[in-house]
Amino acid sequence: MNAVETAFDFVTVSYLTRIGNQSAGTLTELLTGLEHCSDASIFHHTFQTLGTHHFLTEGFSNDFAQWVLADTNRNDLAEQLAALDIRDYVSIAALRRDLCRLVGEFCTAFPHFAEQSALERFYFCESVEVTAPLGRSARTLDEFRDGIAHLSHAGFYFHFISSRLRLQLQTNDFSYWLAGGLGLASLAENINHIDIYTNTLDSARGKLLRLIDRERRKA
Amino acid sequence: MSEALTLTRIPLDDYAGLRGAGEIEELRALAKPLRGRSIEMINSTAIGGGVAEILNRLVPLAEELDLHFKWEVMTGGEDFFDVTKSFHNALHGAPYHASLRDFEIFLAYTERNRAALPLDSEFVVIHDPQPAALIDARKPGSNHWVWRCHIDLSHANRAVWDFLEKFVSRYDGAMFSSPEFSRQLPIPQYLFYPAIDPLSEKNQDLEPEFIAQVLARFRIDPMRPILTQISRFDRLKDPVGVIRAYRIVKRYFDCQLVLAGGSASDDPEGAIVLKEVLREADNDPDIRAIELPAWAPLEVNALQRASTIVIQKSLREGFGLTVSEALWKKKPVVASAVGGIPIQIIHKHTGLLAHSVEGTAYQIRFLLSHPEIAAKLGEHGHQHVKENFLITQKLKRYLTLFLTLARRS
Repeated sequence: MNAVETAFDFVTVSYLTRIGNQSAGTLTELLTGLEHCSDASIFHHTFQTLGTHHFLTEGFSNDFAQWVLADTNRNDLAEQLAALDIRDYVSIAALRRDLCRLVGEFCTAFPHFAEQSALERFYFCESVEVTAPLGRSARTLDEFRDGIAHLSHAGFYFHFISSRLRLQLQTNDFSYWLAGGLGLASLAENINHIDIYTNTLDSARGKLLRLIDRERRKA
Repeated sequence: MSEALTLTRIPLDDYAGLRGAGEIEELRALAKPLRGRSIEMINSTAIGGGVAEILNRLVPLAEELDLHFKWEVMTGGEDFFDVTKSFHNALHGAPYHASLRDFEIFLAYTERNRAALPLDSEFVVIHDPQPAALIDARKPGSNHWVWRCHIDLSHANRAVWDFLEKFVSRYDGAMFSSPEFSRQLPIPQYLFYPAIDPLSEKNQDLEPEFIAQVLARFRIDPMRPILTQISRFDRLKDPVGVIRAYRIVKRYFDCQLVLAGGSASDDPEGAIVLKEVLREADNDPDIRAIELPAWAPLEVNALQRASTIVIQKSLREGFGLTVSEALWKKKPVVASAVGGIPIQIIHKHTGLLAHSVEGTAYQIRFLLSHPEIAAKLGEHGHQHVKENFLITQKLKRYLTLFLTLARRS
């Protein structure tokens, strides 16, 4: 089994939720909040919420879509917001632009719905991130597989989902290292194609491990 | 410790079976930079109440991570606890006319405790209003102080909050159970959830024989659907509303209703509410209003596990941990969208929310008609609790807070 010079270091992450000072009781207020909230708030309600609600594989995508559905009863807008795929974004600014565009277009097209009071208010929060090294690293595919198998949900989420914002690339830590470190570009690509919306973190990890096992059998 | 505290010790590794070994390894990794550092938790009671119950479990787990964790209990006379009980109710929105004497009593006991408690740890966590003024003991620029508020402050009495705010705004941060409960403060405010212990008597797995015995003891038919609300007999839990919802459901389904809660005999208001419940029940043989002892974890556990649907039709709620308890047992839950309940019940994903008697009845009928959907909600609810509301997650949240505070300084 090939070993590489640059090891993959496994890390875990934990988030503290900070309560912001903005809230929304109508779609118009949601738009204002989206325009002015911090990047950490957009991250919290999209990327981070996907990690903490990974077990919901049908119809749950982000907090904004869920609030629009459950508290304003606007299924059409909720569907559009839910359809935003965070894998398409390598910056929060781009994600914010699309969120604002969708809510803004809806408010313009349906001004009477834009001012209707929601059942419950939406509170903007933000994530404060703390990372910790797990003291485990991999230089071979076997070590890499073992490390992934032992990761917590948060650690797996950190490397597989939120990593694209750090890398500023439409990939994840695992694929990035497999392609760049071990030269396994095809395996890296297959892993990057695992659907994080229709899989739980556990089932995504299971698929990823099966792809690695297939690669190991080739060796 | 200022009072003799008997802590319940369950080894951290015992949680690996439920959460996975990776999750426990993660706790150890997060705790590593905090090893040997001192943490002090201060509340106002050693026994009884949700805070004491959580600290009882949390402190031994933290000690296993080599943190110097101290739990101190503030002491006070009857006059002090009369005042703080009034403050508590006033902060929840009950009418109250604060007197200068009340504030003097509060500050006098704070001063006495300030002299008796060490208050020298690197991280000091003060729970709820009773010990909030201990912040006066903080030495300039030394340690980190945070205030954990378990109360819904969204309708707080102005005079009481104005008095407390002077102290709270001097902390390094405040933690609330829901964003809705937070206040405009000059300090960072964080979201902190209460938690359940999956290995406690209230939540551990039970033998089917024991559940059957409990049902037999309370004359509940295991063969027909059982709708259950577990809560003390309190108007804010709306037990009469639950009966009205049950009556609507009863037109379509041959079901039973169980209203079970702590004893009303030592609570004058509870006894009155229980009478109202019995009057509303009107001798319906399928309604069981059960007065449980103040501490009856195994009975609560059995009743929740035997339920077809669990209801929490509160009019106001702090967090409502009975919802998490039911979800942990994979029960479909129909609950009011108040307080911390919507954090636990993500509508149509981990349960169903309702806003009225009729809405509650409709959601129950829907779930009785669609057991496959009910089962799915229960399964998702279990996962939601596993991910967010277990004691190990609470410990992780505290570690993250301490690391954040340390980083900030």
